[in-house]
Amino acid sequence: MNIYQEHILDHYSNPRNKGQIDNPDIYYKDTNPLCGDEVAVYARLDRSKSISEIRFMARGCAISQASASMLTEHVKGKSLDEVYGISSEDMLRLLMVPISHVRMKCALLALKTLQAGILVHMKGKK
Amino acid sequence: MASGTMQLNASSIREDFPILGRKVNGKPLIYLDNAATSQKPRQVIDSIRDYYGNYNANVHRGIHRLSEEASEAYESSREKAARFINAGFEETIFTKNATESLNLVAYSIGMQLGKGDEVVVSEMEHHSNFVPWQQICLKKGARLRFVKIDKEGRLDMDDLAGCLNRKTRIVSITHVSNVLGTINPVREIAKLAHDCGALFIVDAAQSAPHMPLDVRSIGCDFLAFSSHKMLGPTGIGVLYGKKELLDSMQPFIYGGDMIREVTFESTRFNELPWKFEAGTPNIAGGIGLGAAIGYLEKIGMENVFEHEKMLSEYALGRLLSEEDIKVYGPKKGRAGVISFNLKGIHAHDVAAILDQEGIAIRGGHHCAMPLMSRLEASGTARASFYIYNTKQEIDAMASALEKVRGVLTGR
Ligand SMILES: Cc1ncc(COP(=O)(O)O)c(C=O)c1O
Repeated sequence: MNIYQEHILDHYSNPRNKGQIDNPDIYYKDTNPLCGDEVAVYARLDRSKSISEIRFMARGCAISQASASMLTEHVKGKSLDEVYGISSEDMLRLLMVPISHVRMKCALLALKTLQAGILVHMKGKK
Repeated sequence: MASGTMQLNASSIREDFPILGRKVNGKPLIYLDNAATSQKPRQVIDSIRDYYGNYNANVHRGIHRLSEEASEAYESSREKAARFINAGFEETIFTKNATESLNLVAYSIGMQLGKGDEVVVSEMEHHSNFVPWQQICLKKGARLRFVKIDKEGRLDMDDLAGCLNRKTRIVSITHVSNVLGTINPVREIAKLAHDCGALFIVDAAQSAPHMPLDVRSIGCDFLAFSSHKMLGPTGIGVLYGKKELLDSMQPFIYGGDMIREVTFESTRFNELPWKFEAGTPNIAGGIGLGAAIGYLEKIGMENVFEHEKMLSEYALGRLLSEEDIKVYGPKKGRAGVISFNLKGIHAHDVAAILDQEGIAIRGGHHCAMPLMSRLEASGTARASFYIYNTKQEIDAMASALEKVRGVLTGR
């Protein structure tokens, strides 16, 4: 199956939650130097430590951009623990297209970036 | 044997390459990733099968028939490789690949560098021709300098002259850029390097497969290339070095085969070229490389070059006529490697959608991250040609690029 399915292309050309948040509770930026993909995530938390608002900025291939867009939709309203527990396999299931070995880093960049941001946030609280 | 240039017959050449009969995603394979590695003709595949099936033995060791046959075949490949670049037998060292060849020089010569010495490379080097130098320079407190490229993607010769001085010990530059297709004026660089007393090393990974090479006429001190980019198998490469330099150099790997005499206290090293070839070598690889060189020489390297020049001019013409395509590198006087980007589309997406059409190109940074930052690109799509490619295949690539636009931009 072709990875450029309609839902992927839709998220690529009309990304959801694209943009920035001023003074976010969570911010992290990472790159995938091998491909030159770049993702930054911004999130705000509500009192119960769930993600109330999330945005991202990204540059790169269709897979990295679409996965960032899909991930932000998926995590909105979820608790930090829940989001931190999302596995690579969960992310690939969310994308619903077969990701080959060479594109894996593109597909997982947004998730890894968000989880790194959560980790930094939690450490900062201790 | 070909003499003078004559048009190479790509369609009869194609029949020698079994893989070109294969389909990818239901479409006939169009292989345009030759700068990464080339395909292999039947003659090369058969030579390897013949070795393993009929005379497999270790070389230089056994006094028995099979070992003699294997040694004979392996060393006659070395003779072919030496002749191919107009080097001496003793000056032709087998390595694993161009990377190992460059590392051998970097370790053996580079270890003699000291504080204040300078090494000069260019901005268009493959990682294998600058990371070893960068690391040696860090260790030795030497300075690594980068020659700039100009807007067209050519080496800036004024900048080169400015980088050279009494402190320059080594100049190591690629003959052909694996990203830009630029052909560097290596004879001129050799002269400039020698004028200031430096050694000149040529990375010929992208030139040896595609054009006639003559180390004497270039005037270089060392030259490196890989078999797998020139129809031969992986795991074997060549380092040429001037005899007097190799004689004075320390080996970089120690072990069997490179020894003349060992006592518990000391070792006398074997003579050239074996001094640099410790351990059982890649015998099948050497034999396969010999077959590949035989195949290329039958076509004639002039003809190989002319064929690729024709293809790259044709491809450049097609790509440059598209408004949304940016082509990197010189417009003229270049080798058959073309890097480009479609406006607003990542090179990975270009390569992945072309793959659906059975077309293999490379998308990425091509192991040249400093060059990418210089070009302000996170990567490029790259098509690279060889003897079996045709204009029709370039047409197919151009129409597939239409598809890329259609899928990703709805244009
Ligand atoms: C210009 C250049 N130098 C060196 C190399 C390294 O070759 P290898 O990986 O075979 O050692 C390459 C291969 O991509 C190259 O294009």
